[in-house]
Amino acid sequence: MKPRRLALAGLALTLVGYPGTPAFAKLKIVTTLQDLASLADAVGGDRIETFALVKGYQDPHFVDAKPSFILKLSRADLLIAAGLELEIGYLPPLIDQSRNAKIHPGSPGYLDASSGCEILNRPVLQVTRAMGDVHPYGNPHFWTDPENGRIIARSIAAKLMELDPSGREAYTANLAAFEGRLTEKEKEWTAKMAPYAGAKIVTFHDSWPNFARRYSLNIVGHIEPKPGIPPSPTHTLEIINLIMTDKIPVILVEPYFDLKTPKFIAEKTGATVLSFYPSVGGVPEIKDYFALFDYNIDAFVTAMKGKA
Amino acid sequence: MRSRVPFTAMAVFLGLGLHPAAHADEKAAQAQATPATVSSQRPAKASAPPTAAEVEALRQEIEELKKQIQTLRDQLRAGLLPVQGTGSGAAAGQTASAPSPPPPTPGPPPVSFPAPSQTSNYFNPSVSVIGNYLGVGGSNGTENLPSSSLRESEVSLQAIVDPYARADFFLSFGEEGVGVEEGFVTFTSLPAGLLAKVGRMRTAFGKINPLHLHVLPWPDEPLPLVNLLGGEEGWIGTGLSVALLVPLPGEVFSEATLQVLRGDSGELFAARDRGALAYNGHYRVFSDLSEATNLEVGLSYGQGPNGLTSRSETRLEGIDATLRWKPLRTATYRSASLRGEFIRSRRGDPLGNQVAEGWFLSGEYQLAKRWFTGARVESSGHADDASQTDRGKALVLTFWPSEFSQLRGELRRREYANSETADELLLQIQFAIGAHGAHPF
Repeated sequence: MKPRRLALAGLALTLVGYPGTPAFAKLKIVTTLQDLASLADAVGGDRIETFALVKGYQDPHFVDAKPSFILKLSRADLLIAAGLELEIGYLPPLIDQSRNAKIHPGSPGYLDASSGCEILNRPVLQVTRAMGDVHPYGNPHFWTDPENGRIIARSIAAKLMELDPSGREAYTANLAAFEGRLTEKEKEWTAKMAPYAGAKIVTFHDSWPNFARRYSLNIVGHIEPKPGIPPSPTHTLEIINLIMTDKIPVILVEPYFDLKTPKFIAEKTGATVLSFYPSVGGVPEIKDYFALFDYNIDAFVTAMKGKA
Repeated sequence: MRSRVPFTAMAVFLGLGLHPAAHADEKAAQAQATPATVSSQRPAKASAPPTAAEVEALRQEIEELKKQIQTLRDQLRAGLLPVQGTGSGAAAGQTASAPSPPPPTPGPPPVSFPAPSQTSNYFNPSVSVIGNYLGVGGSNGTENLPSSSLRESEVSLQAIVDPYARADFFLSFGEEGVGVEEGFVTFTSLPAGLLAKVGRMRTAFGKINPLHLHVLPWPDEPLPLVNLLGGEEGWIGTGLSVALLVPLPGEVFSEATLQVLRGDSGELFAARDRGALAYNGHYRVFSDLSEATNLEVGLSYGQGPNGLTSRSETRLEGIDATLRWKPLRTATYRSASLRGEFIRSRRGDPLGNQVAEGWFLSGEYQLAKRWFTGARVESSGHADDASQTDRGKALVLTFWPSEFSQLRGELRRREYANSETADELLLQIQFAIGAHGAHPF
């Protein structure tokens, strides 16, 4: 009698989905950025399902803490955030209200994607807000370097193996496939960008130090006078002069900024305004992390060829 | 003293990484460094030609080293390293150049040089102070606000307590005197989708009452809150709050909150004995109508002793709705919201029960990245005399120089029950220092 009852109980438990054995259910992953969701999909394959809170065409600094996100987080097995206080304006209250102890920072279900990545512009001296909306932990747009993408993918793989040990082989294989493709793609991207090494460019916001480092671009100015401060007439004039003297060919603008000032500058100087996408999903064509670089690099090369 | 060790390590790295390239142009130095490193490795394995894998490994190692050098250079150029470091770095390089020191192993690049910080500060709460200055012009005999005041300085102290809870304190300093506006612990790891708070908190009655003064879209509180929820302060209660997520079909968020509070609260509730408690219940539903538009509707019910007799109570009923529109791509430039709240107060009074109603309707529209405009209409009876009704209209213009400061002007006409009509101009300046808090939603 007894063993049968136990077996029944066991069956009932498996049917209702005993917590901790995701043998049937996919691991639910919530990420802040679509880039992180794309990297997680590459590593997790069909063992996971992802949801990104922030759209690729949205300014990742300013996101509303909508209650519908609380619902997503309440059901998540893993939360992947960019970290470096990029999400400080909306994520902490969402986590607190998620009623999900698994995904609190410090718990196994929280992954800070920046850890292990190469982070630039990390201030060591005192920062003040006279510098604008500075990030005291360094520039948070670190995923724009594909090598950081590799590191993030590795961290995600390690985390998935920890949360779902039975998928270890699948994750290992997926990661290897991803890294193999990334290595190939990086050769292609490096070759495409090589002719423009050392090119001076201006960007709207300081979103591109990692990308510029990887492809030896020289960012000489920003249209924002300081991070988070919209263009001012004096600074715009300075940028116009800078572009004229240094013969800067392109101005890169993130999709969520107003094109008015960049276009005005372009008109005065002859520089090309190029919409440059920091994240997956910025335009529908940018479906995944590879497409992010494919799209941006092709657009950049086209713009530069037009200048030559 | 503390920084000595990483500093010395830095000096060694500098000596290793920068010495050969000290006088050369960056690019040339890199180009030189590559063959140099390769050739110095080759003789070691002179006998056999290197395999592809070995070459690849070497290449990776070189890349890694290059990266480290570049990082150090960047930091040096950005002035992130102490200047005198170059001197001692060169010295370290000289001493190290004679014997071959162990090469820095490729691994995570040593890029993190956190600012020196006292370990005793690690667990200090995030601190911020928000100043709220108000200047008022025009004349008003009924609500006689001072011409110029630092109305509130709100100090917030927030931190995680332990793996199960966080704590939030909001101390409100007036020009004279301090009050604990809120101070509560939130238990974030409870089972069954519960979220519990214990302490003193702004009661979850409606949408505006739980908000702090400085996050309101106006410099003043709307009339129904002032008249029916116990004055400028609003309803602040001390006790227990439990909020539960109520599952609904689809991706609709719904939350029920129940609060059991002490029976005293400002001018709103007064308990004759400690057994007389105040209660508040709030149910809200939030739904994304589209990517850009969302709607939140809430129902509230509160009750508590009003102290007029040992058994008399005040009951409060409320309904609130907020419609927001914010296209995501242009979210920082253009947005609009429409919000309204209706409150009814039933005050048990031995001299005659009073049923007073009040409401406001407000719209805000974002004109540009830093400019917002808005308008509000409001009307409310008096809780203790429902026959008396105040009305108001207001136009608001707000400018945000940055995320951390805000200038706001409000032109306001209030027609009071005592038949006074007051036209006023309110000028508010708010400024925040300290930790970056989350934006309210």
